[in-house]
Amino acid sequence: MGEKASIFRKYLPTALWIIGLVALYLILRVLFAPHASGISLNSKMILSRIREVSLFLGAIAAGMVLIEVYFYQIFFRRPSHTITTIIVRFIQGFLGFITLLLVIAFFDLTDLIRLPEGPLRSFILFPTSGFAALQKFLVTAKMGPAGQASLVAALLLFLVLGLLFFLIQRITEPRVSRVGLAYLLVISAFVGVLFLIIYPFLFEIKLAFSNASLGTQATKNASYGLQYGWQNLVTLFTGNVAKDAKFFEVLGRTVLWTVINVTFHVTGGMVLALLLHRPMKLQGFYRTLLVFPWAIPTTIAAMALRNEFDLRYGFFNIMLNNIHRFFAGLSTQVAPLSPVFSWLAANIGPVSWKQDPFWAFVSILISNIWLGIPFMAVIILGGLQSISHEYYEAAEMDGASKWQMFRNITLPLLRPVLTPAIILGVIWTFNKFDVIWLITQGGPQEKTDILVSSMYKAAFQFYRYGFTAMFALVIFFILLGFTIVYLRVTGGLKSATE
Amino acid sequence: MKKRNALVRLYRWFFFRARGDSPFKRLLIHLLLIIACAISVYPVLRVVTISLRPNDTLLTTSLRIIPENATLDNYREVIFGAPEKNRKSDFFLWLWNSFSVVMVTSIISVALAAVSAYAFSRFRFKGRSAGLVFLFTTQMIPAGMLLLPLYIMLAKLRMINSSLGLIIAYSVSSVPLTIWMLKGYYDTIPVDLEEAALIDGASRMMTFTRIILPLSSPSLAIAFLFSFMGGWSEYLVARVVLQKNDLFTWPLGIWTYAQQFTVSWGKFAAASVLIAVPVMALFLYSSKWLISGLTLGSVKG
Repeated sequence: MGEKASIFRKYLPTALWIIGLVALYLILRVLFAPHASGISLNSKMILSRIREVSLFLGAIAAGMVLIEVYFYQIFFRRPSHTITTIIVRFIQGFLGFITLLLVIAFFDLTDLIRLPEGPLRSFILFPTSGFAALQKFLVTAKMGPAGQASLVAALLLFLVLGLLFFLIQRITEPRVSRVGLAYLLVISAFVGVLFLIIYPFLFEIKLAFSNASLGTQATKNASYGLQYGWQNLVTLFTGNVAKDAKFFEVLGRTVLWTVINVTFHVTGGMVLALLLHRPMKLQGFYRTLLVFPWAIPTTIAAMALRNEFDLRYGFFNIMLNNIHRFFAGLSTQVAPLSPVFSWLAANIGPVSWKQDPFWAFVSILISNIWLGIPFMAVIILGGLQSISHEYYEAAEMDGASKWQMFRNITLPLLRPVLTPAIILGVIWTFNKFDVIWLITQGGPQEKTDILVSSMYKAAFQFYRYGFTAMFALVIFFILLGFTIVYLRVTGGLKSATE
Repeated sequence: MKKRNALVRLYRWFFFRARGDSPFKRLLIHLLLIIACAISVYPVLRVVTISLRPNDTLLTTSLRIIPENATLDNYREVIFGAPEKNRKSDFFLWLWNSFSVVMVTSIISVALAAVSAYAFSRFRFKGRSAGLVFLFTTQMIPAGMLLLPLYIMLAKLRMINSSLGLIIAYSVSSVPLTIWMLKGYYDTIPVDLEEAALIDGASRMMTFTRIILPLSSPSLAIAFLFSFMGGWSEYLVARVVLQKNDLFTWPLGIWTYAQQFTVSWGKFAAASVLIAVPVMALFLYSSKWLISGLTLGSVKG
């Protein structure tokens, strides 16, 4: 009896979930069915995407499994005698060689290196061309539908490799490896990082020394050489970075952008955190409301703010217009102060946020400051809460003033939280241009571009690929220099890497 | 005389109470906080306001929060399209595109990171500290820096205009960040647990799958959420990689609304509200853990 009841209780939540989901489905169906013709998403699209994505994931997983097994056998299996050693090492060497060829073929495919035509090229490309031939054979032999030939071929290949691994497994014996497991765990991520970061980085360096652009069809007809790198560098520092703007002008604006933003973020966050950090009613309520700018997706916030900077219908100009009219009214009504009010009325009024470079810059600053304060406030509040009360009690006993307490207790004890937050804030702000892009697109006349947005423009609006790559490297080294100085000053990374 | 005394006492109590904050100060603090809340919430409310406006009064200088003749027409059009104008709604298509891309990115990065972060956290092997410094440096790489070589690479692989290309592009920033964060989490799990299991004869792999993974499942969820949030509202990379309308993620999609000022301002606002409400709810609900993830992972420095 008791047993039964507990089983019932155990599955109750699951059952409720299922009932809830079914109900949700029914409600959605009732809601959407009459309007289904107005919605472009359909089940066919969903299924095809799921298929595409699961094939992709499956391919990655299969590749990872192969790599793991390969290295597992290198680290943890030992051939038992001479003949097996020869066989095993031969198979492993052969597989490694094939992989190397594939990597070179990949480099060739993506134009990192260009193999000269000839026997060498066809030899290096033979794994890929062999695979293509296998596919073709499968199609002509009618062993599978044409659409899935590559899948079948891949499965066949997988099977062969599995057999090879099985063979190795049979003729070897286990052995102990101390760091083997660590490398096995790391290797998958290492391959991922190699493909995702190191390879593009190498590519970037190569591009920086090229004249690749739209005219050369990206890398297809590009030429490489030190002189192109030098040319790119010279253009960067003396010529136009995107269309009209000069490098140092944009660099200065970037520094200004970063400094103003981070200053406001930190002071604003500090003020809010200090206000919130006390026993008070409604604290949770305020906190929830205050993180709104952080919680709302940046893209939406930026697009919404963009509309608020509209000349006639945006919030800011409506407000400014109202203030203008208020002062204008006062200047006619309050006679003695009339000159003051008419001066105010003449100077406060709607601003052309989109045409005037200065006000455009102010508009992106306002937006980004609004977006960034909550994050700092939350980080600082966390820091404040970790400071023990005893310090303040002791200071109060000694008769310290509030300011002294802040200066001598709060600030020093906040440093472990504050310094990294500021550093990361600087780096993030330096690189953050989605707000700029969505609000002003760097305009008017590229007067609100920062380095990263200029780079983005140079690449994807003006298609100056070689130049952009050099630009990116320069930005990277600026940031790297900043980081190294920071790490020197604070002794930074030690705690994390030891 | 007596009355004046009471007034003075009230005044004293109000401004200079000896213990704790005086009522005046508290009032001031509440006032400041209310102003700050208004500043942080008002722009969001404006979006709601605009989404409720009927189409003929989209362009108005009114600052009312609930507009006159409020209507849900914009929402209807965003969700169900406008059959009478023969216009289909792509809203769910965008959501589905975003969702599938970001979901796969998060799966890849958490799967790679969960395993390798364990090695970084528990083993001392050659190249470990170099690897960690490298992972940290990747956070300095400007967002758009690797975009150009990736773009060319994806173009050569014929992955431009495909969601797979976007998945690869998003993984670039997501994978190292997730490894770094999860390493921070694993560091907080005491080693004693594993040592005890090792003494009892468990293998290293078993301690990982039986002890560490179950213990860190909440942090895995947070890492997942983090990487999900990172890609969910990304605009700039998606804009480069995707050019076909039926592959658009929602930021690209609602940008097509936001660009046309007069025509679709209301629709843009309605779509924003529909997307932002669940995201913000999730964010506010999980913000505590998100913050702990940040402080453990990256801010640790």
